[in-house]
Amino acid sequence: MNRLAQGVILLLLGGSVLRATLGGDQIYLRYVKESLQPFLIGAGVLLCLTAIMTIVNEFTHQKHEDDGHGHHHEPRVGWMLLAPVLGILLVAPPALGAFAAGRSGSAQLQDANLYPPLPEGNPAQISLLDYATRAIFDHGESMRGRTVKLSGFMSQGPGGKQVLTRIMLSCCAADGRPLKIGMEGNVPEGVRDDQWVEVIGRYSATTEKDPINEGDIPHIEVIEWRPIDPPRNQYE
Amino acid sequence: MPVTVTERPQRPQDEAPEREKTRRFGSVEVLALILIALVVFRVPIAAKVMEFPGLQTWTTVFVSVMVQAMPFLVFGVALSAVIAVYVPRSFWAKALPKHPGLAVPVAGAAGVILPGCECGSVPIAGSLMRRGVTPAAALAFLLAAPAINPIVLTATAVAFPGNPEMVVARGAASLVVAVVMGWLWLRLGKAEWIRLPHRPELDGMSKGQAFWASCRHDVIHAGGFLVLGAMAAATINVVVPGKWLQSLAGNPVLSVIALALLAVLLSICSEADAFVAASLSQFSLTSRLVFLVVGPMVDLKLISMQAGVFGRRFAVRFAPATLAVAIVIASLTGLVLLS
Repeated sequence: MNRLAQGVILLLLGGSVLRATLGGDQIYLRYVKESLQPFLIGAGVLLCLTAIMTIVNEFTHQKHEDDGHGHHHEPRVGWMLLAPVLGILLVAPPALGAFAAGRSGSAQLQDANLYPPLPEGNPAQISLLDYATRAIFDHGESMRGRTVKLSGFMSQGPGGKQVLTRIMLSCCAADGRPLKIGMEGNVPEGVRDDQWVEVIGRYSATTEKDPINEGDIPHIEVIEWRPIDPPRNQYE
Repeated sequence: MPVTVTERPQRPQDEAPEREKTRRFGSVEVLALILIALVVFRVPIAAKVMEFPGLQTWTTVFVSVMVQAMPFLVFGVALSAVIAVYVPRSFWAKALPKHPGLAVPVAGAAGVILPGCECGSVPIAGSLMRRGVTPAAALAFLLAAPAINPIVLTATAVAFPGNPEMVVARGAASLVVAVVMGWLWLRLGKAEWIRLPHRPELDGMSKGQAFWASCRHDVIHAGGFLVLGAMAAATINVVVPGKWLQSLAGNPVLSVIALALLAVLLSICSEADAFVAASLSQFSLTSRLVFLVVGPMVDLKLISMQAGVFGRRFAVRFAPATLAVAIVIASLTGLVLLS
């Protein structure tokens, strides 16, 4: 691969990183945490600058390279950098969904020790993580007499029953761990896996074990539900 | 993957321009053709990927690992270019102890100041060696930097709120492994195992040109191998279901070996691995410590990048040795601090 081709590949790589980060559809949120955005922009700009300097140098210093000492044979492995470019620009795969959730054990929950009152409103909109921690460690005390609103996608839980699911990230999708909430009462019916739903319900004392890693899966008693579009950031 | 560097044979002056022309036409043309083909077939390709949930998840995980690693790779490469171009050789002679045996622990402890994950430290270690730092010290830095920096230790503390001793155990075991590997290299290592890839001659250029040439070279090189590693890690992520691990968790010896191998195969960033370790709750704390010590030092993307930056003969010896030392030291640390 010669330097001009390397310059083009660097430009494509930097361009695709910037496209994923700054594009209106914000596809980078399907892969990493939102907090990485400024670093991605910095990396994309540096890659583009490197590409531009490479291409400019290649044209202005032609003579210098042609004196028999030019070392143009650069590693073929550089071609592999086209793979992420194509992955981002052409395929732009969706965020992790039911397939990944069905194969990984439920995320390990941590006791927060302190459970402040739910946010205003009835139902109160909370995250799956918040619901699961209050249900498992606080035994629903802080949710007594209230209804809550949760949103997530459907995936296969224990015993082939659908569970409300959301994937939690620490860095990127490679470390994604699913949060699963079992449903009872007016459970969503006829909804395919991966479809996003909003559920309004109240605390249920039932819990079960995820057979994959013996993690706890709390339940919610569903009062009503409706299908929704996926949110801007699908991870928690 | 071997990186062969062939010197272009010297040609009589009158032939040179023509050769130049045909060869140049070569890679840029291939690149253009690939891109045109992909833009034309874009829709069917994307649709095909979406048809298979496994393939789709593979693509998501692969792109995620690359996107996550990109800032760390690029900033690591920029820092290594600064080392190569702007930091004079004499600086390292003053900063590190003269005796290589002492330089190793100093370089290992210096890893605390590089808050990044492992993708950035490989090109930096390569750059340090080029600037005359003794390989043993550069290797100790390479192993220690991703494991003991403040961000990683803070993440570990957050992931294990009930076990603060985990942070101490991780920091101590990682530093000891890095220093032991540095000393091992001093005793057993052979300089000819390390073959730094040919790099464009930076001497004839202005500092600015040299900086960009070094950046270009390192991104293409280390980045290309990072892609191979990310592909392998995505494959493991999709192919190995979580249930398999469950059956190994009961046996203390098997669980240590299983999590050490899992750390190698999954290739998770050192800043995130503590959260994954926390979710492997059916495993003992000691086996999870092994996971945290091995992961930042030996994993598929690191082995691939080390083979690219230091040569394959180096990687086939260094990676297994590090794995063995890391398993032993982390298990002993776990026995002392975690039980």
